[in-house]
Amino acid sequence: MASALPNDIEFRSVTKAYGAVTAVRDINLAIPKGSFLALLGPSGCGKTTCLRMIGGFEQPSEGKILIDGREMNGVPAYRRPVNMVFQHYALFPHFNVEQNVAYGLRQMRPRISETEITRRVAEALSMVRLDGFAKRRTHEMSGGQQQRVALARAIVNRPAVLLLDEPLAALDKKLRSAMQIELQTLQRELGITFVLVTHDQEEALSMADQVCVMSAGRIRQIGSPQAVYDRPADLFVADFVGKINRFSAVLDADRLTARLADGRALSLGTARDLAPGRIELALRPEAIRLEKADGEHPLSGIVTHRIFLGSGVEYAVQVEGFGDFLVTSDRSSGETGLAAPGDAVSLTFGPAAIHAFHASEDA
Amino acid sequence: MALTQATRKKLVTLALVGPAGLWLGLFLVLPFIAMVVFSFGRRAPEGGYQAAFTFEQFANLGSRAAAFANTLMLAPVGALACLLIAYPVAYYLAVKAAPRHRLLLVSLVVVPFWTSLLVRTYAWMYLLGARGIPHLLELIGIENVRLINTPMAVLLGIVYGYLPLMIMPIYVSLEKLDRRLLEASADLGAKPVSTFFGITLPLSLPGVMTGLALVTILLLGEYLIPQLLGGGKVFFIGNALVDLFLQSRNWPFGSAIAVTLVVVVVIVLTIAMRIAWRFAGTRQVDLV
Repeated sequence: MASALPNDIEFRSVTKAYGAVTAVRDINLAIPKGSFLALLGPSGCGKTTCLRMIGGFEQPSEGKILIDGREMNGVPAYRRPVNMVFQHYALFPHFNVEQNVAYGLRQMRPRISETEITRRVAEALSMVRLDGFAKRRTHEMSGGQQQRVALARAIVNRPAVLLLDEPLAALDKKLRSAMQIELQTLQRELGITFVLVTHDQEEALSMADQVCVMSAGRIRQIGSPQAVYDRPADLFVADFVGKINRFSAVLDADRLTARLADGRALSLGTARDLAPGRIELALRPEAIRLEKADGEHPLSGIVTHRIFLGSGVEYAVQVEGFGDFLVTSDRSSGETGLAAPGDAVSLTFGPAAIHAFHASEDA
Repeated sequence: MALTQATRKKLVTLALVGPAGLWLGLFLVLPFIAMVVFSFGRRAPEGGYQAAFTFEQFANLGSRAAAFANTLMLAPVGALACLLIAYPVAYYLAVKAAPRHRLLLVSLVVVPFWTSLLVRTYAWMYLLGARGIPHLLELIGIENVRLINTPMAVLLGIVYGYLPLMIMPIYVSLEKLDRRLLEASADLGAKPVSTFFGITLPLSLPGVMTGLALVTILLLGEYLIPQLLGGGKVFFIGNALVDLFLQSRNWPFGSAIAVTLVVVVVIVLTIAMRIAWRFAGTRQVDLV
């Protein structure tokens, strides 16, 4: 699959409509070779449709999809150089592990020798740490093991791109984090492009090196996990990726100061690229610190709940006129003992932590 | 009130299984035992059964070889013919037909059951008889075509009568086939034909085997179709049994034939199910 083209997959103005319903609207996307891209969004946002269009299970209504520079419209799934890990694994129930993994190899023409098949199956099984499981029946295995069989089956054909449809959704939390690390390792070892579909922002942020946030059939933002988290393009992204506290304000003509509902001024630190007038502000829970109420800070309130999370503490603070604010603090910052339900506190934060968006933005 | 948990459980089991068990015991197991006993007996001079222990009835099985041959040939062949026609229909209904038409189409398969098989077979008797299709063929110059009272007529009647019984189990097994498995197969590079033979067909084998077993079992005891469409020429074991019990009143010989048939059916079914389990890899083969 070596070629000079920089991108493995390209979407050019791709739209997919089912009758009157448009699932994906005018998507333009380039996935560079060797990258790990996560399509992230709530259910119904079109992310799975995008993945299925790459796999060849759906055809775009408009636009083109290119894989390694070749146009794929009309090319059936069995002729595409991509393989997929299906959401519920879709392992063949009448085959054992070995037969499942060998299935793709047996489809190859010209045929490959049995010894070569055996060798490559063993290699794939060892990559997913399933040595010794070759003769097992798949329904006798745990969810995590089935997941690995599905992975081995998908990588054994050495695809240019591996597609993963919610691969970890059926696993319990501990196994999920272990698999996140394994998938990342596997991607580095294979050096092929991974495209992951997930609704779990934590999964997307932790594994992918590019996150593509989608909603209502459109791409909202593409960027590194850090960029998407720290500099969300709009209120939807800010809200979907991580938690936020949002409140409305009016931006002054200097575009530097926001006026809160009670008339207090809040400095935004730098001039924002927004039209003066109604805006929405957002704060990450971890960007806020709690201090004893002193009347000087614009946002003050009463702690209503304190939730111990193990690694940190989460507070709910009721701020008069603004509703509930969520504040998290790390245990190492030594603040854990500071506030208790009923305490009057001020919310303090640096101006750089304030995200400001157009008020009209839906989320 | 002193019923223990275990006793109560046993009572519930008894209440659930009891009626059916009693029914089967009285009307299946007991008659079967009687039949086995009869098969070792002798025909009384005035007809019926005379107690004895002899193998002469079984030794005489050869005199009904034609009935055995017809049954053991036409029943599996008929079932296979049903399968060849039923599979594409079931595949279309389960996979290709638009879901909103599916219920209607599946109901159409069952519609023939609304009239009695006797009436419908009688209609075929007329169609295949001298004044039916052969008469029409004579009009266009093809003469001396004999359809009625041939093995082909019996086979046609069999396929006509038993097709729905073959379509339904295959339809059910194809309908519950996970479509993602077909996608996974295509994803791994299998062309549609390879997907059919590698995934679809093996996974629908339980339905195929159920259909084959169901139709074959019913056909082994078939009486009506050979009687009407086979005349006296193509007769099944069922027809021989009616003769022996009702006409010549040779109960022991009839019993010996019936017992032999049961043994043959059990052997055939056991082998068939073994094969199905091997291929399907599961024990979810219905019926047995």
